[in-house]
This record gives sequence, structure tokens and C-alpha cells, in this order.
Amino acid sequence: MSANGNMNLTLKVWRQKNSQTAGKFETYKAENISPDMSFLEMLDVVNESLIHAKQEPINFDHDCREGICGMCSLYINGRPHGPKRAITTCQLHMRSFKDGETITIEPWRAAAFPVIKDLAVDRSAFDRIQQAGGYISVNTGGVPDANEIPIPKVIADEAFNSATCIGCGACVAACKNGSAMLFTSAKISQLGMLPQGQPERYRRVQSMVSQMDAEGFGSCTNTGACEAECPKEITLTNIARMNFDFFSAKLFREEEIGEVNHGG
Amino acid sequence: MSLDSKIPQGPLAEKWSKHKFNLKLVNPANKRKYNVIVVGTGLAGASAAASLAELGYNVTAFCFQDSPRRAHSIAAQGGINAAKNYRNDGDSIYRLFYDTIKGGDYRAREANVYRLAEVSVNIIDQCVAQGVPFAREYGGLLDNRSFGGAQVSRTFYARGQTGQQLLLGAYSALNRQIHEGKVKMYTRTEMLDVVVADGQAKGIVTRNLKTGAIETHSAHAVLLCTGGYSNVFYLSTNAIGSNVTAAWRAHKRGAYFANPCYTQIHPTCIPVSGDHQSKLTLMSESLRNDGRVWAPKTAETAQRLRKGEIKIDQIKEEDRDYFLERKYPSFGNLVPRDVASRNAKEMADEGKGVGSSGLAVYLDFADAIKRLGEDTVRAKYGNLFDMYLQITDENPYKQPMRIYPAVHYTMGGLWVDYNLSTNIPGLYCLGEANFSDHGANRLGASALMQGLADGYFVIPYTLGDYLATIGPKAIDATHPAFAQTKKDVEERIAKLLSLKGNKTVIEYHRELGHIMWEYCGMARSEEGLIKARGLIQALKDDFWVNAIVVGENEEINASLERAGRVADFIELGALMVEDALARRESCGGHFRVESQTEEGEALRHDDEFAYVAAWQYTGENQPEVLHKEDLVYENVKLTQRSYK
Repeated sequence: MSANGNMNLTLKVWRQKNSQTAGKFETYKAENISPDMSFLEMLDVVNESLIHAKQEPINFDHDCREGICGMCSLYINGRPHGPKRAITTCQLHMRSFKDGETITIEPWRAAAFPVIKDLAVDRSAFDRIQQAGGYISVNTGGVPDANEIPIPKVIADEAFNSATCIGCGACVAACKNGSAMLFTSAKISQLGMLPQGQPERYRRVQSMVSQMDAEGFGSCTNTGACEAECPKEITLTNIARMNFDFFSAKLFREEEIGEVNHGG
Repeated sequence: MSLDSKIPQGPLAEKWSKHKFNLKLVNPANKRKYNVIVVGTGLAGASAAASLAELGYNVTAFCFQDSPRRAHSIAAQGGINAAKNYRNDGDSIYRLFYDTIKGGDYRAREANVYRLAEVSVNIIDQCVAQGVPFAREYGGLLDNRSFGGAQVSRTFYARGQTGQQLLLGAYSALNRQIHEGKVKMYTRTEMLDVVVADGQAKGIVTRNLKTGAIETHSAHAVLLCTGGYSNVFYLSTNAIGSNVTAAWRAHKRGAYFANPCYTQIHPTCIPVSGDHQSKLTLMSESLRNDGRVWAPKTAETAQRLRKGEIKIDQIKEEDRDYFLERKYPSFGNLVPRDVASRNAKEMADEGKGVGSSGLAVYLDFADAIKRLGEDTVRAKYGNLFDMYLQITDENPYKQPMRIYPAVHYTMGGLWVDYNLSTNIPGLYCLGEANFSDHGANRLGASALMQGLADGYFVIPYTLGDYLATIGPKAIDATHPAFAQTKKDVEERIAKLLSLKGNKTVIEYHRELGHIMWEYCGMARSEEGLIKARGLIQALKDDFWVNAIVVGENEEINASLERAGRVADFIELGALMVEDALARRESCGGHFRVESQTEEGEALRHDDEFAYVAAWQYTGENQPEVLHKEDLVYENVKLTQRSYK
């Protein structure tokens, strides 16, 4: 790949063959980098030169490269998705770095996200939390007309804010406890605020929280690192809503919950 | 093999209802005896997998991403059309049907498009019931916006993230079925071939992207919901991983590939900034509701602007050419995508382009901000403006966006009949991966509609008919076709891994993209296409000698994954060129320079080309055979499209 910019950087990159092997940092040069490149395009340049040298490229997850699929991760200079607020790694551009800088790149660090190769981790625990109850139980067909369920605009907008979570895992990676409360609470909030989500509201919170615990995520100690690092600016209010619903369910609503499937 | 589209008889508005009644049903108790494979978990795949599992079938679903939620449908921004007529502005199922047929430049099937318009209203109901947070008005009811190619306001949206919200809705329905045990989900697993035994699709061969394990899976039917092939152009708005491999492998096993040259070039993307670029980013068509497209009136002004001798705000109002408003007074900035794209290209060709490369025009929000206030504009398009700022380092609240067309969607795809079945019994194709509903040009906000229509409301009916016909007897996975197909896949992987040349797979991909964009992009000529034919053949020959593929099969190997996909794109590129050559007319996104009106608009030749071109693979380096399915219009009169 022809790189024709004027930045030269040193990268310290975590390389790890698979989950069973110990990893270590390797040092690479990234040369002639343009400030208009995205961070991942800079890694593309490094990988192309590795491939030309018949060496294995650095493995990292990425797909849409426009900040919405949630596939890219990377802990850059000690911060999930790098130094800028409210963006993903794929939206980070090299103009945010200085010529001559050394950049440290690590995978998400959390017990519940094992490394599978180099910078890619296994986030399937997130899917299992969603499978435990992150839905409204309606089958296709036989639903009412969309406008039969009026929803105040402020509620719809707030539910939307929670629904913008892209499931990237930055919240877990940022948390010293490796907690998934921000992620889990975003879905619980979205559905819990909407009228369609009411019938299963308390059952849902119990199932999803149980699954979250079963996956080995840590507890929340209200440091707020998750909110600070979330590329979609999901707020701590979601966690408060989840806790409120969780306690309400435990204390007052056993009879309407019935038997909760505790995942697994 | 003849092409039977299986379009039901009878009046247009009754075809689907009658057809549904005539389709065979599978007894509820028997449904659990059937296995169905769904490849891809975007809008079409996730909605199909969830809906079929709800009916009681055993579904096995596959995606190459690490989670089904990451399929590229997630990136769709603007909205989803539905003929709800909530605005009381004259919309109807017939009008949505008519707009879509016309927008597709009269190259889509009437019956399919009518059904799409008919079920569009159910989609919105379904999504709202799932908790999709569509935009609402203060009264609590759903809001709408306008989109290109329509004069009614029928587009439902969730800020600039409609695809994300719809996909998360379908993903939640899928999750519920995974939890119930009715869907078995394989992530980080790529389909590399389809198993055809005794003339029927009976399974697939996959590679586990973590371990390299090559596995066979059997089922009574296989649904390909694997998206489009825009990445044949290397630079497109598609995700890096989006690829044609599943559809192309099916094609090489006998499935016809229809209208491959019909590609959509989206008019409003962020221009290319340099050779390093790995993908392009779309700015939603919804921006054309409030943004005004313009270029400097003279090439001289544009040149001074590019050199930095003058600034944008020094260009007086009378020196700006709002070319879409000027040429198309009734649709203005909301002309369909193909028309908007060609006009932007025309400006650049005439030397009136802006930005350092000259390959851009402006999309200006100054008037909208003046009229509505910055806050209102932010509420409508905030995330898009942020995205633009992030990529270009320019603030679109203060200066106009620079935009240029980029490849965005592919209308072509596997040929399917009215039941969404390919010509291989048991092999179905849904969503962008099939060719069926958009003709030669797709209207904005129709891709999400089609993906979900196919998955939620068409396949649950039509698949049952096939399954009832073949019966619930277990599939014989010991049939030699399974072992043979697996062996073919393994041999191909070994061949790819043996390539230790001097050029990376991405370099080949970029070269292919240049050829496709130059000769099979926004304007195509016989001369250029013949040249492209030779260039692609040479590229293919070179690839299989000089490419570098590193690493092993038994591990995560991005180099190997990309190599297989690029090899397939090269072959597809060759077929696109043949299709574009054979279609000696202009229609929709396919613009042959030899066929244009005096005003430079696309000129169709309905007497010769009102057909679907379905290509049959006949063997390595053999010419493909063209089959024609005539398009019959019983309701709509074919006219020269006009948006003036």
C-alpha cells in the first residue's frame, strides 16, 4: 500500500497467537503516514508491509469503518478507542497523533473477553446477555398498527439514546472491574421505557442481570469510566434505571415475574 | 433450463393474497422435522431466521462477523419506506409500487414490486412492536421524511441510524429464538460453498474463521441472505468484510446471476482523500431534504477555489449553479440517485468540481440553518454532521459539505422467482443478494424495506410450499456431494495458501476496483468495457501466480479470508463487464454513453432490452450463457423517466 504522508510513528503492539498462548509486545515502525488516514488505515499500511515481508499481519477486528457496527476495538495508549471522546477506533484519524510519537496498542482487557488472536477478543458473552432477555416477545405478524401505540416524543428519544449502543465492549474494557453494567442496562432501559416493553420489564431485568453475572463480568463501583469512554455516549442513568428495576423486581414483583430462566 | 418466474395470474393487487392461499402448508407438528440454513444475519437473514424459527422450523444461522448484530445492514442511515399514508399526502400501496417501478427505470418485475409495497406497511408495525425507537412527533405518533424519487413523505426513520435500529430489532427477535433453542447460531463462520445433491441444495460448506475447521452442514433448504457485491469496486460504502463469495459460489454450482451490471452509485458520499483510503462513507440521502447541491458556475471559478485563491463564501449567489434545482425543477435536489450522481460527475468532467482533487460538489446547509435554526438541523442530522467533521476535519455547520458519488448498493444478484427461489430447488436468496425488486436503480429507503419484506413476510410463506413438496425425510449427509464439495473447498484453500508471490491481495483488489470504476462505473462504453475484459483476465491470471497469502489454515487468517473473497470478486467483475456489454442501452444506474437522450439522460430501448439478464456459469474460463426473462408490464406504461 502506498503511504505518502509525512508522519513516522513507532507502534508497540500486543501479539498473541491464540487464547492458549502467552502474548507479548512487538515494536513496529509506521512510516510515511498521512494525517488524513484513519487509525485502521495506518494499521493496514503496517500490515501490507508485513505481508510483503511474508510475515503474519497484525490481527484486529474491524468491519464497517464508520463507527456503527461495533466490531473494532483496540486499547490505544491506555484508552479504549483511543484519545478522543465519543468515537470508535475506526473513526479515529492520524491527525490526532504527533509525528514521532510512540503508540501502544492492546486488545480489550477483561476476563470475560478472552483474547483470540493479537488484538481481537471474544465478545460472545454480550450476545448471550441479549439472548437471555433483550427482546420483546412478539412473533412476526399479528401485531397492532404502528400508530396504535402513541409514545411521547421525549420517551421515544430517550429510548433511542439507550438503543444507540453498538456493543463494542469499550465500557467493559474501560472499567477497572470489567463490569458490563452499562452495556446491559442500555438494552434494559430502552425496552423498559417503551410501552411495548412493559409486560416483560421485570422478568427481563432479572434474566439479563443473571446472565451478565454468570459470564464473569465484574460489579459496578460507580467510577463512571464506562460512560467517559463509550463511543456512543451512553449515560450512567441507564445503570440507575437498571438497578431500580432490578430492586423493584426482587422486592415487589416476584408474583408477576414467574420463573426466570437463569441462562447458561 | 427455462426461466419460470412463477408470477401468479390475476389482477396485480390480488396476486400475493391468492398466491399465499395456493401455497402448500406444512403441518405445525411436522415443522420441527425440517432444518433450514440461513447464511447471513443482516436484515434479510435475521428476520428470516427468527420468523422461520417462530413457525417451528429448526434453523441454523451463520455469519462471518463476531456477532449477528454486526451485519452491514447496521450502517444504513436514512430510513425505510412504507405506504402507510400517515401524512394524508396521497400515498398508497399503488403509488409506492409505481414510484419503485419508475425509479428502477422499468427493469423490475411488477408483481414483486407490488408485493413489496403491499407488505411495507406490516414491516413498520412489526418493528414498532419489537421496540424499534422510530422518530416521533410530539403527539406521540410516528414521524416521516421525504426521500429521493418520491413526492410524498413515506420514509420512517430513527435519526440517521435507521438500519442499526431495524437490525437490532431483528437481532432481538433472532436472540429470542436462539434462547428458545430454535436457532443454532454460528458466528465467525464463513460459507465457502453450497452442496447441491441430485439437483437440490442440501447444505453448505463453511470455514470456522477461528480454527480453520472446514465443516459441512445439511438442511432441507438453504437461504442466502449475504448482501451485495459493491466491494468489487474496492472502494465502496460497504463494510470491509462485505463480499460476494456465498452468492458467487452458488453461481458456480448452477444458480443464475441476474443483472450483475446494475450497480448503484450513491450521489452523496465523502470524497476520496488519498490512496490509503480503505472505504468510503455515505452521507444519507435524507440530507438532500434540506441540503442544496451546487458547484461553481464556471470552471474558472472552480479552479481558483481548488488552488485556494478564493474561499467558498467569496463565491456570490449568482456564481453558484444549483444544478439539480436548475435542471429538474419539480424534484430538485430529490431526484433519484442515478440522476443526482451522473449530474455530479458531469460537473467534475466539465472542470467545475471542488476540493483538492476536483472530484466533489457542494451540499450546502446554509439556507436550512437560516430557515430552521442550527438546533433543528442538528436534531435531524446531528450524527451525520459529526461523522463528516470527524473524517474531513471540516465543520458542515459552517461550510458546505463536499460530496461525490460512490458505489453503495448492487441491484443485481442471484436470479430468483416470485417465491425467492433460485433456479436450484431448495436454494433461496433474500435481500440485497437477490436481483428482484429494484430494477436498474434502487430508490432511497427501499433496501431496508426489501430486506425485511423478504425475511419477515415473504419467505415464511413461500418456503413452506417447497418443504411440503419435498417432505420431512432427513437429509442424507452421507451423499457423496457433501464430501466432494468439502474436498473442493479444501483444495481451493490449499491453492490460495500456496501463493507466495510479490503482490498483496489488497493490491489486487485495489487494481480490480480501479478497472471497475473506470470502465464499469458511472459511465460505460463498448470500447472501455472491451478493454476492461482484457484487463480483468490479465489480473486474474496474475493473481493465481503472483499473489501473496501468508499464514496457515488452522488459525485466524485475515490474509487467507481476503484472498478467497478477492478471487471471487475478480471473476464477478468479469461477468459484470459482459453483462454491461450485452446491455446496449442505458437504464437506471447502467449508463451506456452510446445510449443517451439529447439532454444526456439515460435512454432505454424497451423493444430490445426489457428483460432480466440471467447468466449461467458453464465452466472455468468458458463464456457464460445469457438467459432472458422478459419483463411484462400489464399495469404501468413504460415511459422515459422524467423528474423535470
